[in-house]
Amino acid sequence: MTAPALQIDNVSHSFGAVQALKDVSLTVPQGGFTALLGVNGAGKTTLFSLITRLYNNRSGTIRVGGHDLRREPSRALARLGVVFQSRAMDADLTIRQNLIYHASLHGIPGRLARPRIDTVLAQVDLADRADARVTALSGGQSRRAEIARALIHRPDLLLLDEATVGLDVKSRAEVLALTRRLIARDGVSALWATHIMDEIDPADDLVILHRGAVLRHGPARDIAGAQGLTRAFLDLTGVAP
Amino acid sequence: MTPPTAHARGWLTAFLGIARRETLRFVNQRGRFLAALVRPLVWLFIFAAGFRAVLGLSITPPYQTYVLYEVYVTPGLVAMIQLFNGMQSSLSMVYDRETGAMRTLLVSPFPRWFLLGSKLIAGVIVSIIQVFTFLAIAYWWGIRPPVWGYVAVIPALILSGLMLGAMGLFLSSAIRQLENFAGVMNFVIFPMFFASSALYPLWRMRESSPLLYDICRFNPFTHAVELIRFALYLRVEWTSLAVVLGCLAGFFGAAVFMYDPQKGLWARRKGGPA
Repeated sequence: MTAPALQIDNVSHSFGAVQALKDVSLTVPQGGFTALLGVNGAGKTTLFSLITRLYNNRSGTIRVGGHDLRREPSRALARLGVVFQSRAMDADLTIRQNLIYHASLHGIPGRLARPRIDTVLAQVDLADRADARVTALSGGQSRRAEIARALIHRPDLLLLDEATVGLDVKSRAEVLALTRRLIARDGVSALWATHIMDEIDPADDLVILHRGAVLRHGPARDIAGAQGLTRAFLDLTGVAP
Repeated sequence: MTPPTAHARGWLTAFLGIARRETLRFVNQRGRFLAALVRPLVWLFIFAAGFRAVLGLSITPPYQTYVLYEVYVTPGLVAMIQLFNGMQSSLSMVYDRETGAMRTLLVSPFPRWFLLGSKLIAGVIVSIIQVFTFLAIAYWWGIRPPVWGYVAVIPALILSGLMLGAMGLFLSSAIRQLENFAGVMNFVIFPMFFASSALYPLWRMRESSPLLYDICRFNPFTHAVELIRFALYLRVEWTSLAVVLGCLAGFFGAAVFMYDPQKGLWARRKGGPA
């Protein structure tokens, strides 16, 4: 049996007296798209920081492709592609230089990285901007470049933390469509953190995170019911999304 | 999927990638190269010329004759280049953390000690390029150590550069914002540089203040300077070598500890590490 792309069991995390995550459990299946919906401050970024090992996970377990993040961090991290909420590329370098650098951080030498870079940049429609500095990119291009960076080492699981934040409607739709295409075509799994209802499709696997706790996990269609997702979210959390 | 940490080639690729990035950033920031060079040259051309007449230097090892003040001060200025380079690396770590680029590094499958060590070595390579450019100009200015001294000094430069870079790494883990870096200038760089043997021999310092003399003796930067000075004249200053190695281990160990999410201090702080 294939292990889930991501399995989180009973994870909690505190910053001093403030409990940011309470007993969070969720699973992202192989080749699936799971949306993590929550308002700002719900704990999405904290959860992502634990999955990427930026924070120390002290309680519960996180497994990526079946590999325990604490026991086998290298194997787990090698399977992850991460798009952070804010820019993570080096502004002093071009997109190509950034991607070569990122590939090297996954042990991929330049001769193997170069053809991959051409491929992923074509996938994200940035082939003609490969030698542009990161600072010269528009918001939408910048996010697509970040996705290309996250894909260069061919991860099994993409983590996208508010990947469309700050983008206009058209760019937002493009980034989301690109992610869905990657899942359908390449079998990549994705955990998509967002606070925007429009980004969730009725067929998506949905996790509602609020004040550090998972309130619901299941198909978005089931959670929304007849009243619609916005109303269901309001009923569950008492907060308008 | 085999992780890249499973074979030696993966480690080498990651190191070369980090070194390449540091070099590219250095090349892209030509102002940084010029600033790194102009600073010691101003000291050499102006400060040293002014002080030559004021400061008398007795014959002290490794020198076998009386030397001009410019000759005395050159190893100190070499160490100064490395000190500023180490702090520049520290500054770039803080900058990377603020802009988010640090996270790309930290989510790599390689262990943090390796990632930080690679960054450190890359910074030292850059500092050695700066040092040899400075020494070439100093040669033209008449400061001419033995030819083999230019070779013998390389291991000393590597060790002192690693120590000062490791100190910078450690400091970068404690600095939350770029704005706080001015404090590092005032509380670390200037005291370390002036309370050392970079600009004046320690016996002179003892004449004016025994306490200051002791501070200078325990300053790791003094030992970096003396290691370089002796190596440049084909000798080894064993005490300095031991101190530099000890401080390198201490600073690097502390930096790795601080950057490790399993043990470090900043994982416990709100806001997190990157």
